[in-house]
Amino acid sequence: MSYVPDNLKYTASHEWLEDLGNGVYRVGITEFAQEQLGDIVFVELPELDESYAQEDECGVVESVKTASDIYCPLVGTVTAINDALEDSPELINDSPYDDGWIFELELGEDADIGSLLSAEDYRNSIADDE
Amino acid sequence: MKKTVLNEAHRKAGAKMVDFGGWDMPINYGSQIEEHHAVRQNVGMFDVSHMTVIDVSGREATDFLYKLLANDITKLNTNQALYSTMLNHEGGVIDDLITYKISETSYRVVVNAATREKDLAWFEQQIADFDATMAEQADTAMIAVQGPKAIETLQPLIALDLSQTKRFYATYNDDMFVGRTGYTGEDGVEIIVPSEAAEGLWNQLIEAGVQPCGLGARDTLRLEAGMHLYGQDMDENITPLECGLGWTIRKDNNSFNGAEALEQLREQGISKKLIGLVLEGRGVLRHDQTLIDADGKQGIITSGGYSPSTEKAIAMAVVDKQMDADSIQVQIRNKTLPCRVVKLPFVRNGKSLIEA
Repeated sequence: MSYVPDNLKYTASHEWLEDLGNGVYRVGITEFAQEQLGDIVFVELPELDESYAQEDECGVVESVKTASDIYCPLVGTVTAINDALEDSPELINDSPYDDGWIFELELGEDADIGSLLSAEDYRNSIADDE
Repeated sequence: MKKTVLNEAHRKAGAKMVDFGGWDMPINYGSQIEEHHAVRQNVGMFDVSHMTVIDVSGREATDFLYKLLANDITKLNTNQALYSTMLNHEGGVIDDLITYKISETSYRVVVNAATREKDLAWFEQQIADFDATMAEQADTAMIAVQGPKAIETLQPLIALDLSQTKRFYATYNDDMFVGRTGYTGEDGVEIIVPSEAAEGLWNQLIEAGVQPCGLGARDTLRLEAGMHLYGQDMDENITPLECGLGWTIRKDNNSFNGAEALEQLREQGISKKLIGLVLEGRGVLRHDQTLIDADGKQGIITSGGYSPSTEKAIAMAVVDKQMDADSIQVQIRNKTLPCRVVKLPFVRNGKSLIEA
């Protein structure tokens, strides 16, 4: 069973969000997602200061097996990216919820926080695939 | 889904299983990259029992294989192995395979799993003209033990003396058949045993410290070694002359299947070739990505991926023969990135051959 921290929010496309306060959320991919991808070898990060709509493709995670898009979980503007992933993409495998964070998003005014999944909902959504 | 006799052993070892051409096979047992490094630096093993073993024997067994295979079976010494393509009458590649010479009248052939049915049908059709018989050895398992420490690790576990078995030769007794061959670019062997003996051997190898490796590592290892994967780097729609397998075509005799088509192609001019590529900059090269040079000449990546041993993105590609090596660019999603042409293989015996 993959670890799904209770204090985070989730999307069906396997992103997690951590509320940093002041309308800013940190985003990464879940432990389940990195397990499915296998060893991660390349990350194309979102553009700093770029605005994305909810579910926009804003980056790519490539593993030894495949390339997988990162979807922007809510409408917003990218305020930080994790540059460490450029040289050490394996941080996502080693520490998906911590050192392997991908970007930070300042939510747009009409961001639909209610569309996110709770930890319990996300656990249920992946239960069949585990 | 079809299962090899080692299916339970894979699950016990924590394998992540995938559907590989109808076979339930391990893709990895944890980290594919660690498995890759185990083979380059130490020793790893693969269950390749899904591959098909066909024994050919009879007075005209050699004549049959001389017609069937584009390479020269008559040059083999006893117990020596030969890599060859098997062509259709249009010169397209039906499969690539390894043939071991057992005696003047008997051979052992190992063909790919995904091509099993059509290979067997083609063998049956072609052998009809010869005084020879074929028998699929279905009740066998096959384990590849690969890496610089493969021989010293395996030797104490078996009765055969591997010190006398050179690369691309085989040795065997009633219990097992060991070919000093592989698909990784490292020293090592491929062992064929009766199905009931496979799990015992597998467990002994695990106890000896051999790392189980999945199909994922098998693919990155063979790509680094510049070895072709059937169905990706070649198939029935391309001839060996156009995809870097011209060296498997014998020169001195034209009596093999597909020879006339190849001769015609040579006269018309060959317009494609296979090259090795390294991505300059960041990203991953993948199967089916398109290539273009400054003059608009094109190509396509047939096998690509991240190379753990060189830490670069590498690929094999079939391109226009006139393609300008100095201006090749690859299209990755919405970006166009420069690639450098390099000689194959990318890695040999644990060392990167890519020049800085």
